[in-house]
Amino acid sequence: MALTRRIIKNYWLKNVLDSPKLSKSLTVNALKNENTTVKDEEIKKFSIQNEDWWSLNGPSKALHSMNEVRIPLVRDGLVQFPAEKRNPKPLKDKKILDVGCGGGILSEALAKIGAEVTGIDASKNLIEIAQKHSEENKRLINKPKYLCSSVEEHLNDHKDHYDGVVASEVIEHVDNKELFVKSCVSVLKPGGRIFFTTPNRTRAAQILGICVSEYILNIIPKGTHNYDMFITPNELSFLLERNDCHVEMICGLFYNVLQDRWSFVKPQTLVYAIQAQKTK
Amino acid sequence: MLLPSTLRRLLALTNNSKALLPLRTLATVKEETIKEKYDIIIAGGGMVGCTLACALGKNSVMSNLKILLLEGSPNQTYQLKPEYSNRVVALNQNTKSLMNSLKIWRHIEKARLQPVRYMQVWDACSDALISFSSSDILDDDIAYIVENDLLLHAVNTELASTEIENLKIVYGAKISDYQLSKSDNKTATENIVKMSNGDVYACELLIGADGANSAVRKAMGVQYLSWNYDQMGVVATLHLAEETENTTAWQRWLPTGPVALLPLDNSRSSLVWSVWQDEAKRLLKLSDEEFVDAVNDALWKQYPRSKGVEACVSWMSSCLRKAGLPDGAVRQLPPSVRHITAGSRAAFPLGFGHSVRYIAPGVALVGDAAHRVHPLAGQGVNLGFGDVKDLTDLLADAIYTGYEITHHSWLEKYESSRQRHNVPTQIAVDALHRLYTVDLPPIVLARSLGLQLTNALHPLKKMIMSHATT
Ligand SMILES: Cc1cc2nc3c(=O)[nH]c(=O)nc-3n(C[C@H](O)[C@H](O)[C@H](O)COP(=O)(O)OP(=O)(O)OC[C@H]3O[C@@H](n4cnc5c(N)ncnc54)[C@H](O)[C@@H]3O)c2cc1C
Repeated sequence: MALTRRIIKNYWLKNVLDSPKLSKSLTVNALKNENTTVKDEEIKKFSIQNEDWWSLNGPSKALHSMNEVRIPLVRDGLVQFPAEKRNPKPLKDKKILDVGCGGGILSEALAKIGAEVTGIDASKNLIEIAQKHSEENKRLINKPKYLCSSVEEHLNDHKDHYDGVVASEVIEHVDNKELFVKSCVSVLKPGGRIFFTTPNRTRAAQILGICVSEYILNIIPKGTHNYDMFITPNELSFLLERNDCHVEMICGLFYNVLQDRWSFVKPQTLVYAIQAQKTK
Repeated sequence: MLLPSTLRRLLALTNNSKALLPLRTLATVKEETIKEKYDIIIAGGGMVGCTLACALGKNSVMSNLKILLLEGSPNQTYQLKPEYSNRVVALNQNTKSLMNSLKIWRHIEKARLQPVRYMQVWDACSDALISFSSSDILDDDIAYIVENDLLLHAVNTELASTEIENLKIVYGAKISDYQLSKSDNKTATENIVKMSNGDVYACELLIGADGANSAVRKAMGVQYLSWNYDQMGVVATLHLAEETENTTAWQRWLPTGPVALLPLDNSRSSLVWSVWQDEAKRLLKLSDEEFVDAVNDALWKQYPRSKGVEACVSWMSSCLRKAGLPDGAVRQLPPSVRHITAGSRAAFPLGFGHSVRYIAPGVALVGDAAHRVHPLAGQGVNLGFGDVKDLTDLLADAIYTGYEITHHSWLEKYESSRQRHNVPTQIAVDALHRLYTVDLPPIVLARSLGLQLTNALHPLKKMIMSHATT
C-alpha cells in the first residue's frame, strides 16, 4: 500500500513538473477579481488542448462518451414523455445554458434533441473551436449560440431566463463556488432545473480520478484537475439549497475505462451528478 | 476511379482524427447507381422480420426514418381455411404482450388460436413426470398455439390497416450481394444492398432477419457456432380420438427424441416429433394409417425399463409424498390419434446455431439469423420476438438521446442484453436434448430424479416458467 502510494506520488510529481501544459499555466498571473468565478490559470489549461476536443479518441474521449449519461440526465430532468409519445426532439423549445461549454461537446448534443442551447465559456479559444465545429457540422441544423463570457457577466441580461442550466465538469475548476452557484441559479426561471456533474472530493476520486486517469492511463489530459478544488455532494447541495433550490436527485457516475462507457451507479465516491429545481 | 479531389479529401480525413463527417465507403458503388437510400433495411420478412418492420414503423421516435423490408418470397394472399396449417408455433406471454402493443394480437384472436393451460412432460424410460398448470404457475395461459402463416397474415393486416408511411415492403426481392459498412472512429458508414435485378439500395442500418442461413450474417464474417442434430422435426395435423377441451400440451421423451402434441381446437392437435433423419424419412413414406399407429406408439408404447431406475423413482415418489409434496403420480393420460389431415406430413431439419456477434458496425441480426434452437421447448421464434422488442426499444432510445441508430453503444447494449437471455436458453435446450437422447440407466435415473424434484418444488418450476416466458 505504502509502495503504491509512493509510486503514484512519484508519478504525480514527475508529471506535474514535466508537464509543459501545467508549468505554463502555473506561470500565468491570475488576476484577482472578487466578482468573477473564472480562474485564469484554469482557463489556460483547457485552451491548450485546442482542436483535440472533437476527436472521439482524443484527450476529450471521456467527455464524448459522458454524453451518454449527461443527455438522459438533462432530458429526463426537463421533460418526461411516455414511450409512445416520444419524438426525436424532446427538448424542443427548452432554453438551456451550458456553463463552461468548452468545445461544445454537450451543447451540440443537447441542440440535436431540440434544445435552444447557449454555450458560454471563459476561454475565447474554446468558444472559437465550438463555433467552428458547429458551423461545419452539416447534420446539425439547430445550432447552439456560443458566447465568450462568465456566468456572472451573462447574468446581467439573462436573469430568470433559462429552463435548464447545465454545469458539467466545471465547478471543480471554479474558485468562488458560492458566487458561481448563485449566478447559475439566477439565470434560471423559477421552476427551472439545474444540473451539475463533477468529481467528488474523496481519496478514491483523487487516486483514480486524477493520478490514474490523468497520469498513468492518459485518459484525460494531465493537469486537468486540482484535488483541493473538488466539492462534495453535501457541500454542493448546501449551496443549492441556500440559493432557493430543491435538490431532487444525486447519483454516482461510473466510467468504465476499457469500454469507454459511462453509467449511473449508486456510490458517489468518484464522479456524481446532482439535479435541483429552483423553487422561487 | 476516384477523382483526385475526392481522394485527397479521403486521405485528409483519414489522417486527421477530427473527421467531422463520417467517412463514406470507398465507393465501388457510385452514388448515381444507388436507387434509393434508407435509414434501415430489414433483409428477410419472415415472422421476425415482418414484426420488426411493424414495431419500427409504429414507433413514434422513428417516424422520420425511411425503412425498407426485403422479402424473398412473393406476397401471398392469405385465406383462413377450415384445415389448420401444419406449421405452428407456441407463443409465450412476452410475445403476446409485444403483439398486443403492436395491435397484431387482435387479428390473431379474431381468426383463431388455442391457449395452452396445462402442460405435461414425461419420460418414456421411467415414471418421472413434470407438469405445469397455468392456474398455479402464472395465473395466465402458459402459451398460445398459432399457425405461422396466420401470424404473418396478422402482421401484414396490421401493416396494411395503419398508415405507416415511412415503411416500404418489396416482395419477391432477390438479394445478390451485400457490401457492409466499415467502421471508422466508431462511426459506421453506409451499407450497400445489391439486388439481382440490378437495383442497389443503401442504408445506415442493415438488419438481418433472414433466417438460420442468414446471408447478412455471412457477409458480417462473424464466428457462427453450429451443429446439426442429425434430427428432423416431423410435423402433421392430428385428429384426436375424442373431443375434449384440449388445452393441454403433451410432450413425451422417447430415447430417440421428444414427441409433442400442441392443441389446435377441441379435436385437433399439431404434432412436432423429433426423430433421427433415417427414421424421419421412413415416417414420411408410411401410409396415413401406419403413421397414425406410429404416433400412437410414440405416445403410449412401454419402453424397456431398468429395474434399478424403477425402484429409485418409486422410492423418490414415496419420499415426496411423505414430505407432502407433489409426487407426480397424478398424471393425465395423453390422447389417442384417430387420423391425420391428408398431406399435412412434413419434416424439417433441426440444428443449433449461435452467432458469436449479433452486431457489426451498422449491422444487427435478429431471430433465427442470430440463434437457432431445437424446437423441443418451443422457444425459437419467441427468442426472435424478444430481439424485436429490445432492438426497437434501444434504437428508439438512441434517437431520443440524440444519437445515430448505428451508434456502437446502443448496438452493443442490444447484443449484450439479448445474448444474456438467448444463450442460457439455447444451452439449456441443447442440454435437455442431450440428456434425453440417451437411455443409459444412470443417466435415466439422474434425469428422472431431477425431473421429479423439479416438479415437486414449486419455486423452481415457477422460475423455469418465468424464464421460458420472457
Ligand atoms: C419443426 C419446427 C417446429 C418449430 N416449433 C416452434 C415452436 O413451437 N415455437 C417457437 O417459438 N418456434 C418454433 N420453431 C422455430 C421457428 O419456426 C423459428 O424460430 C422462426 O421461424 C424464425 O423466424 P425468422 O423470421 O427469424 O426466420 P425465418 O422464418 O427463417 O424467416 C426468414 C425469412 O427471410 C427470407 N429470406 C432469407 N434469405 C433471404 C434473401 N437473401 N433475400 C430475401 N429474403 C430472404 C425468407 O424468405 C424468410 O421469409 C420451430 C421450428 C421448426 C423447424
